[in-house]
Amino acid sequence: MQAAPGDSFVISSPAPLIGALVGAGWRVIGPQEVDGTIAYEELRTADDLPRGRTDDQEAGHYRLTEGRPEAWFDYVVGPQSWKKWLYPSRRKLWSATKTADGFEIDDRAEDYPKTAFFGVRPCEIAAIERQDAVFDNGSFTDTDYARRRAATLIVAVQCARSAATCFCASMNTGPHAEEGFDLALTELDPDGDHRFLLQIGSAQGAALADGLPLRDATGDDHATARLAAAHAAAQQTRRLPADIAPRLKGKEDHPGWQAVAEKCLHCANCTLACPTCFCSDVEDTNDLTGDHTERWRVWDSCFSLDFSYIHGGAVRQDPAARYRQWLTHKLSSWHDQFGSSGCVGCGRCIAWCPVGIDITEEAAVIARDDG
Amino acid sequence: MDAANAQDPMVPHRYRVAEVWEELDDVTTMSLLPVDGPPRPFKAGQFNMLYAYGVGEAAISISGDPAVPERLIHTTRNVGRVSAALTRLRAGDMLGVRGPFGSDWPVEDQKGRHMLFVAGGLGLAPLRGAVCQALANRLEYEEVSLLFGARSPDDLLYRSQVAEWGAFSGANVEVTVDMAARGWTGHVGVVTTRLERILGTSDPANVSVFICGPEIMMRFTAQDLTELGVPASRIWVSMERNMKCALGFCGHCQWGPDFVCKDGPVFRYDQIGKRLAIREI
Ligand SMILES: Cc1cc2nc3c(=O)[nH]c(=O)nc-3n(C[C@H](O)[C@H](O)[C@H](O)COP(=O)(O)OP(=O)(O)OC[C@H]3O[C@@H](n4cnc5c(N)ncnc54)[C@H](O)[C@@H]3O)c2cc1C
Ligand code: SF4
Ligand code: SF4
Ligand code: FES
Repeated sequence: MQAAPGDSFVISSPAPLIGALVGAGWRVIGPQEVDGTIAYEELRTADDLPRGRTDDQEAGHYRLTEGRPEAWFDYVVGPQSWKKWLYPSRRKLWSATKTADGFEIDDRAEDYPKTAFFGVRPCEIAAIERQDAVFDNGSFTDTDYARRRAATLIVAVQCARSAATCFCASMNTGPHAEEGFDLALTELDPDGDHRFLLQIGSAQGAALADGLPLRDATGDDHATARLAAAHAAAQQTRRLPADIAPRLKGKEDHPGWQAVAEKCLHCANCTLACPTCFCSDVEDTNDLTGDHTERWRVWDSCFSLDFSYIHGGAVRQDPAARYRQWLTHKLSSWHDQFGSSGCVGCGRCIAWCPVGIDITEEAAVIARDDG
Repeated sequence: MDAANAQDPMVPHRYRVAEVWEELDDVTTMSLLPVDGPPRPFKAGQFNMLYAYGVGEAAISISGDPAVPERLIHTTRNVGRVSAALTRLRAGDMLGVRGPFGSDWPVEDQKGRHMLFVAGGLGLAPLRGAVCQALANRLEYEEVSLLFGARSPDDLLYRSQVAEWGAFSGANVEVTVDMAARGWTGHVGVVTTRLERILGTSDPANVSVFICGPEIMMRFTAQDLTELGVPASRIWVSMERNMKCALGFCGHCQWGPDFVCKDGPVFRYDQIGKRLAIREI
């Protein structure tokens, strides 16, 4: 069958697609159950996928449980995101070696094989696009990120179910993605006529689809997929108002910042789990002789006190100022910087907050006009 | 851009120290020459990330004259790990340089006006190139003034050059210290106490001001200047924030919606004045 971008087909299982990717030499990264959470690790076959699992998420709560046994994709996002592959938590920037009259720099890049991300959710496509804008900001390009990104294929999985923490519908980032993928799967009717809608998003995706056992998608297949997306959207109870960005401006002295700072532990879980947070620190490590030194970039968080340190002390001493930085950056100043929200509504920061702070609630408090 | 061949902006260029001058107890100035390629042009007010082998990087303003790009000049105060290593460097030593980064003092655009520089302490370093530029075209400005304040007479940077600017280069120079010491015959008091005097008979609407120094000093100076009638859109300040990349990637330098490393460090006061007054932003 000759596939082209924009086409849709039906396939009976994700297994042949994973087989085709592995066969074509792709490193395939996808969801797996690791220590009771969904993690994105290398897949060898479809059997590595956490089939039959679903998740139970709430503010400060996440648990994987038994789901419908046949369903491949009934869980949504876990604590990890794809940023760990495109923007690793620790990366050697370069190293240097002492010479008689100075030093030599070695900036050879780490190997990044061509990699297929399998099971990217719509909000995660949006998150990757937000980081694309950060790391190619019009003035500078993060060459390592660009290299990884260019070697990455995206196989999306459209959401047919939302967790209680999801609010992508109000952020226009899900539960259904129209673009941003090479291929996209929608799981249809796992309890009955179980099948998958396969959408072709790019020429590269089309080439991969060509070898697969496909049939043309019918009107009924499309209708079932639309219903699945509508069902997922209708499940969402959390939301952020569309005009949240301007409503957070000029609220620096709102008493809500102190109130939330009293609950917040400043553990930085939210920034580490957040798929768009991009802040980093640099570390220098030396061997014992001092003849070899390395510079490493490591994830950092605006919740740490040192983050804003300048001579004489940190700019953001007050925990409330640090929470304010996180929330206003995500939801408001990100628009000024990059023309979009820094939040894609994935709900990770809500589920993974040890004290259950909910960004949608806190934003609503600050946006109210009593500040 | 072809990412595979693009130069990684986190990798420094190697430079070598040509000369070192001891300025103050804890402050040195050095001139640098490139090892790997031609010198790169810069504008007054921009900064470089200087790398000391095995220790790390620090943002340091370029304090040389942009008309002489062959000599990269940096003045560093020893306040911590990296700056200590940078002030220990001697002629012949190698270091890494990334840059130049950031916005600059729009000194050319102020021709025809009374160009006032207000510097506090080490804040004269990032202004020096702009002062040189203005004085090189002295007659194209109504007036060129420098109001320079420091904690004590021992903290006055570039002493002989400042004297020369006043004596021979046509600048109207006022120096003031917060605390006098024995032998000091000059002014005592913070810079804001001298603003009215240095503006002299100039029409405040025709004055342009570049301010660099501690944040609180810049805030009060800019505020007082606007009260004296200088338009907020003719005042510029240079901000300092923690910086790890200078590229807009590490997030550390964020100040409200701005990345100080690439949207600054030089900002126009009418665009950021309100933010200067917000605590811990
Ligand atoms: C745009 C700009 C221009 C600057 N120009 C000069 C200059 O011309 N001369 C000069 O002596 N200093 C200048 N500084 C300040 C200089 O960058 C810091 O003094 C230096 O980074 C301190 O590092 P450290 O390791 O010696 O100190 P530590 O106290 O050990 O610093 C720890 C970390 O905090 C950060 N930090 C501490 N102080 C500052 C600071 N004031 N600004 C930014 N980050 C800081 C650094 O990231 C450093 O790695 C400038 C800063 C900025 C942002
Ligand atoms: S702020 Fe929270 S909900 Fe928004 S993208 Fe980040 S982790 Fe997801
Ligand atoms: S919210 Fe904080 S950690 Fe996340 S990108 Fe913004 S400044 Fe960085
Ligand atoms: S210094 Fe890294 S973003 Fe500005």
